Amino acid sequence: MIISKKKPFEEILEDLEKDKKIVILGCGECATATRTGGEPEVAEMKEALEAAGKEVVFTEVVHTGCHELDVKRILRSNKEVVERADAFLVLSCGAGAQACRAATDKHVVPGCDSLFLGNIQRSMDFLEKCSHCGACVIDDYGSICPVTRCAKGLVNGPCGGMSHGKCEVDPEMDCAWVLIHEQLKKEGREDKRTTTHGPKDWNVIRRPGAVVERGPDKLKMGSEK
Amino acid sequence: MGTYRDACRRGNFVISGEIGPPKGTNVETMLHHIDTLKDMVDGLNVTDNQSAVMRMGSLAVSGEIVRRGGDPIFQTTCRDRNRLGLQSDLLSASFMGITNVLCLTGDHPVVGDHKQAKGVFDFDSIHLIQCCHKMNEGIDWEGNELDGAADFFIGAVVTPEADPLEPQMYKFARKVEAGVDFFQTQAVYDMDNFQRFMEEAREITAGTDTKIMAGLVVLTGLGMAKYMNRAVPGIFVPDALLEEMGSVPKEEQLHKGMEIAARHIRFLRDNAVCDGVHIMAIGKEEIVPEILEMAGAVDR
Repeated sequence: MIISKKKPFEEILEDLEKDKKIVILGCGECATATRTGGEPEVAEMKEALEAAGKEVVFTEVVHTGCHELDVKRILRSNKEVVERADAFLVLSCGAGAQACRAATDKHVVPGCDSLFLGNIQRSMDFLEKCSHCGACVIDDYGSICPVTRCAKGLVNGPCGGMSHGKCEVDPEMDCAWVLIHEQLKKEGREDKRTTTHGPKDWNVIRRPGAVVERGPDKLKMGSEK
Repeated sequence: MGTYRDACRRGNFVISGEIGPPKGTNVETMLHHIDTLKDMVDGLNVTDNQSAVMRMGSLAVSGEIVRRGGDPIFQTTCRDRNRLGLQSDLLSASFMGITNVLCLTGDHPVVGDHKQAKGVFDFDSIHLIQCCHKMNEGIDWEGNELDGAADFFIGAVVTPEADPLEPQMYKFARKVEAGVDFFQTQAVYDMDNFQRFMEEAREITAGTDTKIMAGLVVLTGLGMAKYMNRAVPGIFVPDALLEEMGSVPKEEQLHKGMEIAARHIRFLRDNAVCDGVHIMAIGKEEIVPEILEMAGAVDR
């Protein structure tokens, strides 16, 4: 799940300063779950923009906001009304906003800030556990990812900033390395604690990531290209 | 005075001090501190954007210590440079006559004065140690041949008061395995705890030439001691020392802190608890000679 948060309304208004007729797009997947771009948020935004003197000409919660064909299809099937718009406000992650970018040449404004790939721990309680580093190593770490959950992404043990089992960056946050050691003990795989790991190969996720051949077994990135 | 490496190899009780580069171009106080200390200690650490606060570089100041006849210990963190930058600076250090390198992870940018900075952490401290070894062997990290090998004396740190200690000790063991010539510990105040730590540490370093120096941060006042307990991870000032600091009026507390530091140096040396001490006076380096005198550690 891509976790996003709403941008301040004033910031959105500033971005839309020169635009009168607005299309609002939401997303039926992540932005619905994070309550940043589902039906209620799109309706709320419509009301707020109208109160600010804008004309909202069309709204839609796209089933999957980052699916470029989905977005294109919706804009195409509402061509007449959409063509009247000055700008598109997209309430979803940056991928959704850029799916809209691919579907129109008009002004596209992101309504949310994308934060991280988050696990849903319970409703509206999200935690980043994976940062898609391109080479999953969590088996060596009790399936707790140090690249993501250690604030420094350290792969060989804790730094000196750990205090009472918490992280120097945030005293509320558990030190990933304390969690990893406890987990490896629970599994009876303490030997994993004595392995030294090399630095990450960042070339495998050289940006922008792209699948260059179709088919999951042919997916190639970065150094594999 | 010989080099830090010589002192370690000879099995002396090794003493190092620390220089914090200035935030700005005024080097007057720093140069005074360097000149005061360089002949009284075996080596002088130079901090690398300590506490993630932007300052003059550790490399340039280490070079100046060489120029003035002292032996710098070049602190290098993984926070601000990727593997290219780190290796390039290590070669530069070698060129400048700097041989002692202290390999550190580095504090996170968010604890410093440029909170919006991106922390690099491409290498961790263990990779940095391994990298120094490769450069000593005449190759870079990728195995490319260097035109001229380095000759680094490789240092690392450990936090004896880490809570919990176990993950820290596993990392310590990995550092020892990677090959560390000397450790300087985070500040220690509880000598009983430190002795227990050293017993465990000696088991891990058994069969190696690894030296372990106790880190001593001089207490400058009761308020500072309490602050360290509250705010600095891995530092624990026991109640008995807080009481001792509080037993004298405020204006005498710095002297009390110096007495405590001198007492700890004597204790560690006379009982052969560890191989030396690293004294951090954090901006008050002018008090270090008097501490060494009180500890009977001058003209060693």
